[in-house]
Amino acid sequence: MTRLPLEGIRVADFTWAWAGPYGTMQLALMGAEVIKIESTKRPDHSRMRSLASGPTATGPNQAPIFNELNLNKLSVTLDLTQPKAVELAKRVIAVSDVVADNFRPGTMDKLGLGYEVLRQVKPDIIMLSSSAVGAIGPERLYVGYAPTFSALGGIAHLTGYDDGPPIPLMGSSDLRSATATAFAILSALYHRAQTGEGQFIDLSSRETISVLIGDAILDYTMNHRVADRHGNRDQIMAPHNYYACRDKDTWIAIAVATDLEWQALCHAMGDPPWAADVKYADVYSRWQHQDEMDRLIEEWTSRHSHYQLAEMLQKVGVAATPALSGTEMFRDPHLLEREFAAEVEHPVMGKMVVIGPPWKFSGTPARVMRYGPLLGEHNDYVFGEILGMSREEIQEFVDEKVIN
Amino acid sequence: MADRALDGIKVVELAQLVAGPYCAKLLADLGADVLKVEPPCGDRARSLGPFPGDCPHHEQSGLFLYLNTNKRGITLNLQAHTGREILRELVRRADVLVEDGPPPAMAWLGLDYEALREINPGLVVTSITPFGQSGPYRDYKAYDITCQAAGGIAYVTGDPEQEPLIVPGNQADYQAALNAAVGTLAALLCRETSGQGQHVDISEQESIASVLGDVISFFSYQGRVRPRRVKPQDFADFRLLWPAGIYPCKDGYINITVLEPHQWRSFVDLIGNPPWATDPRYEDRYFPQEQGAADIDLEPLITEALGHFTREELSHEGQRRRIPVSPVYDASEVLRSPQLVERGFFVPARHPAAGTLTYPGAPYKLGQTPWRIERTAPLLGEHNEEVLVKELGLSRTDLVKMAQSGII
Repeated sequence: MTRLPLEGIRVADFTWAWAGPYGTMQLALMGAEVIKIESTKRPDHSRMRSLASGPTATGPNQAPIFNELNLNKLSVTLDLTQPKAVELAKRVIAVSDVVADNFRPGTMDKLGLGYEVLRQVKPDIIMLSSSAVGAIGPERLYVGYAPTFSALGGIAHLTGYDDGPPIPLMGSSDLRSATATAFAILSALYHRAQTGEGQFIDLSSRETISVLIGDAILDYTMNHRVADRHGNRDQIMAPHNYYACRDKDTWIAIAVATDLEWQALCHAMGDPPWAADVKYADVYSRWQHQDEMDRLIEEWTSRHSHYQLAEMLQKVGVAATPALSGTEMFRDPHLLEREFAAEVEHPVMGKMVVIGPPWKFSGTPARVMRYGPLLGEHNDYVFGEILGMSREEIQEFVDEKVIN
Repeated sequence: MADRALDGIKVVELAQLVAGPYCAKLLADLGADVLKVEPPCGDRARSLGPFPGDCPHHEQSGLFLYLNTNKRGITLNLQAHTGREILRELVRRADVLVEDGPPPAMAWLGLDYEALREINPGLVVTSITPFGQSGPYRDYKAYDITCQAAGGIAYVTGDPEQEPLIVPGNQADYQAALNAAVGTLAALLCRETSGQGQHVDISEQESIASVLGDVISFFSYQGRVRPRRVKPQDFADFRLLWPAGIYPCKDGYINITVLEPHQWRSFVDLIGNPPWATDPRYEDRYFPQEQGAADIDLEPLITEALGHFTREELSHEGQRRRIPVSPVYDASEVLRSPQLVERGFFVPARHPAAGTLTYPGAPYKLGQTPWRIERTAPLLGEHNEEVLVKELGLSRTDLVKMAQSGII
């Protein structure tokens, strides 16, 4: 096996739910040793109560979503309400490079695991605390999940049909926010590699969403114009929409930027007489008449399958792609060839399909190596092998329900 | 002045519009020395709005100004041999090349990864494309709307009775850019010990498909397609989640996500304990053993109840009760948010052509190495002389001749 890009980096991971765990999982996919610190009293809630816990879930090791957000990680159980458990957590941190949490601001301090304490334990530690709206500011104690971030961040307001309500964006906002946490941690690791200096990072999930709408924010600062919802309309491209195809609830995305692409699309449609109308002669006139044009295009697309259309249109240089459903993504020839999905053998749930890393490194490929850990699965490894505790010592902590 | 986290990293950016430029911006804003190489006609983002007063001007595009902070810029015609030679020299001195051209484009320029590695074995080359560097769709033409389709987010966004919806604002580009920045830094960290660079291949399709959340669980565990809107009935035999979504209220829209039983009780209190809500059957909804309760449609009752309140009442009172309630903010409200103002999220910066504008800052505060705008986006060719004459050692005469021959 080749080495992994982040081999040798260790993360003490206190994160839970979705946003925190996906960020540290990105590091784990690249080879960091990520030790998840939970307890049977307070397991990561995506093990127990999350959008996609299994229908027969009766314990903490049967949630597909937990598995998907915690691949490659290790799990230990420490009851952090007990001082001895906090001391053990510090021992894990003392041999780690990074600490990550996404509790409400102040929680790590209350547990005795705040940054000021941890830098005594490990002077060059990097600590990232992510929270709904950040660790400082008048609303710092506000709670939120992914839909909260997209509502506060300004992106939900922009998403929706013409004249319709805003559309909530669900888990994707969490996972996108998580990618920003991985970036911030890696930046701090790079700085540490150059200077030996660690630091504390305060990350606000709502702000990770606001940075994705910079042009809408600048439009307001420049022109005092508030961007609104426009369905699938583009600023200037038309056609630019999702069109219904032959089979139930199948759709093709088509976008046309130039006259050349438009002519190619017309040709693929068999040069219907309507398309020769001057109403559709140039970019701006197509944009002005797009509602009517979209209906006419859809009459054509609805006679074909979405995959057929994509192939036919791409051949003539028109940007067109099927809108893949959650099941189609696992059968799509392109994604299959690029090994987008991976399979893990989960000891409780059996064979599970998961998504592989979103980067292809030519020299040190990231990869899925193991399923999301069972609760406390790695107590012996972490306390015994990493911390060098004896079997008896570990057992004592187990008996005292410190390791629990 | 404090150090910045990525001080000392030299990046060459050969990219346009959103994906490559945002990746390089993430690095530049934390201190990397990013040199943006534009064709003599400029990055295409320069022609996209918003523009001050709606007057298009290639130095005043809001999109361009936002995506290119903290970079220096030169112009270079890569169709010309001399242009390619200069690029080769720049890349020889760099740590990272960020590019987002179609996969064959770099090979046409004689600058595919194998060639670049010969020039500079330590170089990290980060390529961002709609479908990646391999596979049957590698050369497919794409715009953001088609990438969101291929990435599976379109299918789950919107109303089940209508067509799928795009998440506006080039979001496939942005997510690919974030992944690209993560991959680039990981490759640089890896180089610290190996001394070797590598090629990092980022696909917009895969970047979006990786952040769909429960879409995968619907497939992997239930063998089902996740619908565009999830109803409580979709989780009929699971622990439930409701209300969840965006609801109209007196003065706009509010987002509520109730996930825990204690949040449901607080929610009922928040809306004034209407008689229907205290029916114990609804509380039972949170326990999987109770059958039948999930079929009761609370949606109209919840919507009606919320209509009596303003957004601020619901969010402040809701948050006081630790329920995740938040107003749906538009761009002007995001700008005015007291939380963001207090955190100094927005940063004013003066650009020589576009004037002083307020820019979104960084979502992360790195204690020792603060994010800041040290320079606004480069004017077209602003650093030609600085880079080509002072750094590469060309003469002023070379510069003039190259300008005359359309190379810069």
